[in-house]
Amino acid sequence: MKDNFSEEPANELRGSSPAMETATFSRRFPFVICVKLFIVTTILTGLIYPLFITLIGQSVFNNSSNGSILTYNGRVVGSALIGQKFDQDKYFWPRPSSQDYNPLPSGGSNLSPTSQQLKALVEERKQKLLAADPTKKDNEIPSDLLYASGSGLDPHISPAAAIFQIDRVLKARGLDSGKKDEIIKLIGRLTEGRDLGVFGEPRVNVLKLNDELDNLR
Amino acid sequence: MRVNDYLQVIIFCLVLIGLTPPLGLYMARVFEGKKTVMSPVMGWLENLLYRLCGINQNEEMDWKIYTKALLYFNLLGFLFLFVLQLAQKILPLNPANLPNVAWDSAFNTAASFMTNTNWQSYAGETTMSYLTQMIGLTVQNFLSAATGITVFLALTRGLISKSKSSLGNFWVDMVRSLIYVLLPLSILLAVILNSQGVVQTLSSYKDATTLQGANQTIPLGPAASQIAIKQLGTNGGGFFNANSAHPFENPTPLANFLEVLAILLIPAALVYSYGVMIGNRKHGWLLFFVMFAIFALGLGLALWSEYSISSATIHEGQEVRLGITNSVLWMTATTCASNGSVNAMYSSLTPLAGGVAMFNIMLGEVVFGGVGSGLYGMLHIVLLTVFLAGLMVGRTPEYLGKKIERKEVQMVILSILLPSAAILIGAGIACVLPVALSSLSSKGPHGLSEILYAFTSASQNNGSAFAGLNANTVFYNVVLGLCMIIGRFGVIIPAMVIAGSLAVKRITPVGSGTFATDNFLFAALLVGVLIIVGVLTFFPALSLGPLVEHLLMLKGRGF
Repeated sequence: MKDNFSEEPANELRGSSPAMETATFSRRFPFVICVKLFIVTTILTGLIYPLFITLIGQSVFNNSSNGSILTYNGRVVGSALIGQKFDQDKYFWPRPSSQDYNPLPSGGSNLSPTSQQLKALVEERKQKLLAADPTKKDNEIPSDLLYASGSGLDPHISPAAAIFQIDRVLKARGLDSGKKDEIIKLIGRLTEGRDLGVFGEPRVNVLKLNDELDNLR
Repeated sequence: MRVNDYLQVIIFCLVLIGLTPPLGLYMARVFEGKKTVMSPVMGWLENLLYRLCGINQNEEMDWKIYTKALLYFNLLGFLFLFVLQLAQKILPLNPANLPNVAWDSAFNTAASFMTNTNWQSYAGETTMSYLTQMIGLTVQNFLSAATGITVFLALTRGLISKSKSSLGNFWVDMVRSLIYVLLPLSILLAVILNSQGVVQTLSSYKDATTLQGANQTIPLGPAASQIAIKQLGTNGGGFFNANSAHPFENPTPLANFLEVLAILLIPAALVYSYGVMIGNRKHGWLLFFVMFAIFALGLGLALWSEYSISSATIHEGQEVRLGITNSVLWMTATTCASNGSVNAMYSSLTPLAGGVAMFNIMLGEVVFGGVGSGLYGMLHIVLLTVFLAGLMVGRTPEYLGKKIERKEVQMVILSILLPSAAILIGAGIACVLPVALSSLSSKGPHGLSEILYAFTSASQNNGSAFAGLNANTVFYNVVLGLCMIIGRFGVIIPAMVIAGSLAVKRITPVGSGTFATDNFLFAALLVGVLIIVGVLTFFPALSLGPLVEHLLMLKGRGF
């Protein structure tokens, strides 16, 4: 087998300076080493490495390793990191999703800013929000409620988008406007600031917000 | 842009520049076989690998044997990954019971991950079993990045070698890159990402009943381990379809910062390593800042374009936790490097920002570029610049004392022409074939951009996409797969030929007539050559895609 791959170094290369060659020189291509190295590196980087990280993750970061799952009265209601669909008036709505919050598979609309289809979609989203709360004007709608996310699973909305929806939620739940301050406080409590004070944007987790909202009554 | 947006960009640049010298110096010592802080920790593993494989670390290889080792090693990886996908249904660790991958998609994926492209015509969570993700895709994430480093090392040794044909030992370079650079950094990053919320489990997908009472299946998997190397190895292939826009892949802004830093970390530090290895750190810094300048220029243009379009605080295809600035910063980093991961959907970027992404890739990803591959690509441009400067003053061009002659220049031109031809000819053919056009989701110039981006991304081994294009068809899977192979080995083989040819040349002492390569004049020439080559090749295509779309957008036209 080895002989199939054997080869002399090119003459021109050797001829130019034979005296300077001191180290052992590979004169043939060792196919066996190639196969062995591939097998060994596959086991190292494809089994040992991921299993090692799994071992650390399962023992130290158990919750995040397993998907940051949230339960409510013992039933799995979703993941804190994966957005889910809310379209009832009594809940805060998440951002629009091109996948309708089905995680299999994730993805965005990929529509360009020049797309007529996107323009129509945004108009439709606008009308839906205004129909649900006629007291609002269309220039008050925060952008994240008009544009779908890249993953289709964005678990967050901006604090402004949460505030924007309070009146609708109060009305749908039959709560008087005196409860408004309580909900604003709840949103404030659930607002995650920028990481380390600089990175990213302030945000509110929609599932956690709605979960707490159900507990409010 | 608000103050905070500027601050995030500045912090990113400062951290990147700050980490470059220590990591660069460390890697140079590793590749020169010297002792480092990691020798006591990982030395036993290095020796164990040599013993298991029968590698003699003192054996030297000339360019032909080195290249042959590299090609066969890559071929094995390709075949293994191809077969693995075709058989995953009957193999273990497939809790979601996913079927075997179709042959054309399997070919495309195997080519894609072997060539460090990581273009994905499939959606991870609905296509690949955990086993395939681990011993197929994660492995190629490591090996393709290490392959890039070996080519860079061979070329560097060819440049500094004193008239001998040895370029080092491929096996040793491969093992050292893995054990001392890629693996420790991946372990570190994987654990941090895991702590931030990236999943890492072998359990099956989780069923949930939402608050509104609907069913939702939440995909899981050993993601953190793969995402770490996907970022560090300039691979970019996501565990999930939405890549790093997916909250399980990029859960927090802090995770996002580390992931985007990881894209450029090794490529930037390798430039410093290069300066150390050739004994001219000033030249290393010069290359670094040439790259940095082009990076900053593209970033500035893309940010301006995204923020000037409207007063919206977020656009279609972007995540609330990350915002516009982080999306654009990532876009610039991932297309300068050959990473190709995304944290927002690029097809939804403004036309000019999308054009910046495309142009970055078209330059050959030499602005930091892929791990190893960016630097050997940049060295090709350096050789071209030296050659052109030589023509201007009428002297035999020299680089680091080595005469640049006909053979080297031929190879440089070949390595520039092959990927460019694959892009333009491929996209040209796709524009007239009904079977290719039926995959389009956009009309007008954006449709052309979708096709052009696909061929650019594949041929230059980037892997990001204007994903409106449905690329999971037999036509695109096969043709783009071939483009990836041409784009990868059409640059590697010329680089190895140049390395072999330079290695045996004498080093001419520096004289008064030597053209200096560590001053501002050279930096300006280098930027000029890079931009001129890119613009001359691609301006007509770019003007029909992103530029026309931008102008029509300004006039209020939609499609």
